[in-house]
Amino acid sequence: MKILVTVKRVPDPETVIKITPDGTSIVTDNVKWVMNPFDEIAIEEALRVREKAAGTEVVLLSIGQKAAQEQLRTGLAMGADRAILVLADQPLEPLAVARVIEKLVGTEKPELILLGKQAIDDDSNCVGQMLAELLGWPQATFASKVELGADQKSARVTREVDGGLETLAIPLPAVVTADLRLNEPRYASLPGIMKARKKELKEIPLADLGADVTPRTKIVKLETPPKRTGGRKVASVQELVQVLHNEAKVI
Amino acid sequence: MGNVLVVAEHLHGKFPKTTLVGLQAGKQAATLVGGKCLAAVLGKGIDGLAAELAEYGVDVVAVEGAAYEHYLADAYTAAVAEIVGRKDVEMVVGAATAVGKDLLPRVAARLGAGMASDVTAIVDAHTFKRPMYAGNAIATVRIDGSPRIVSVRTTAFDAAVKGGQKGTVEKLAITPDAAHAQARFVEFAETKSDRPVLTEARIVCSGGRGLKNGENFTIYLEPLCDALGAAMGASRAAVDAGFVPNDLQVGQTGKVVAPALYIAVGISGAIQHLAGMKDSKVIVAINKDEEAPIFQIADYGLVADLFKAVPELTEEVKKLKGA
Repeated sequence: MKILVTVKRVPDPETVIKITPDGTSIVTDNVKWVMNPFDEIAIEEALRVREKAAGTEVVLLSIGQKAAQEQLRTGLAMGADRAILVLADQPLEPLAVARVIEKLVGTEKPELILLGKQAIDDDSNCVGQMLAELLGWPQATFASKVELGADQKSARVTREVDGGLETLAIPLPAVVTADLRLNEPRYASLPGIMKARKKELKEIPLADLGADVTPRTKIVKLETPPKRTGGRKVASVQELVQVLHNEAKVI
Repeated sequence: MGNVLVVAEHLHGKFPKTTLVGLQAGKQAATLVGGKCLAAVLGKGIDGLAAELAEYGVDVVAVEGAAYEHYLADAYTAAVAEIVGRKDVEMVVGAATAVGKDLLPRVAARLGAGMASDVTAIVDAHTFKRPMYAGNAIATVRIDGSPRIVSVRTTAFDAAVKGGQKGTVEKLAITPDAAHAQARFVEFAETKSDRPVLTEARIVCSGGRGLKNGENFTIYLEPLCDALGAAMGASRAAVDAGFVPNDLQVGQTGKVVAPALYIAVGISGAIQHLAGMKDSKVIVAINKDEEAPIFQIADYGLVADLFKAVPELTEEVKKLKGA
């Protein structure tokens, strides 16, 4: 079977984000760029499926600037077979991203698409769900466990939902988005990194795909949220209970 | 002028607080849009729920059927999109819960509509505020066209209250076609707890990596939660380490909470954790590392070994409550 996994280049989660004075974007100088952490989990899951089901191909897909090659190479070094980079100068909104992926699904014809549940830059948590609808496929978001059927035509997915875990049975092809506890992604090994250099990384200009990427939303401005300032230290547990009861009046 | 449709999620025959928050956001949006606020309830045996929903002063659209007994993204998407078309809806609103996050983007794709997730303020009929980059930036987003799809952060709006002119209840028969009934519900393993729900609790006590293992959550944090009547939460580090289940995770990619009192125990205060709790009214941090970033935002900080301080705190709270 073929598994398509999406990869997004995002600022390192430990980066302190600053907004440009004109409020149109974030300051990108000195930002360390990494693969979206949930996408690493998605790749890991695809690799585990391949380990069990011989003949599985894992194809990575990113949409963005040329620099996203770096994150795709990381995924190839983890063990993915090949990668596709759709070159787009401007960031696309989730629906446009889903439409671009839809076009590639038309040519690649994967049986399973794995995505991170959310990208940690725009925090939208939308693309997987949108893609599933565009394709008319079932979806299982926020997955913490994926079990493929022996015939590779169905899957049982356990999902992290409010108040517990939900299990769905879905036929393939399907869209699954990865949550935190799905697995612990492997690090790329040195031989893996060496091999990754020779793996195919195909670039496709966005315009060649003919996807409708007309924006329906526009970020008018970005602002820094009001800073919360710290209060004071208390010396003992007794003092803490005292202030919470008498001063803050919360207990 | 179109209407605003709120998708009303329910569990065990009740509307959780998060649904009422979505309802309030929808009512606010309807005022700005200039249309009516409608609410959709889907499920099996939902007459009582539909009648209750109308008491909040919204016109209810009830979609009854075995296909909706359990929430499923594909079937619910088809039904919600159908309602949007039939009821002149120009904005769909829902709470950014696990269901809302799963459903609303799919609805947006079906309708080819612009969407804003996790909205914290509705500025006007087309403009919304939402956090990005783990809450380190607040974006003002404009959505063009109609319909527009919005999920709202459950800590950012008040819960709707009953009263005023009772709404109408209309039953719509919508049967999902086979193409939209592919996923099948197998089971829901509910976490049983006598403690309040994390997103609804007045007090939340969260534990981090400082607790060292899952057992210590039981030994140290749970008695404190019980003494305070608090919900228990955790940092991503604690979930990552396997100490506690992910549905306790407070943070950018977990639950966002804003209780009256948030007590962070053994939590250093990573950016992504702060994103999930910094709107709490009062924040207390207990950590042995004086330099931990959590102290920079805590109203009250206690530099102490949590394994001594937490049992002591539990005892003091019990004394106070007993008094």
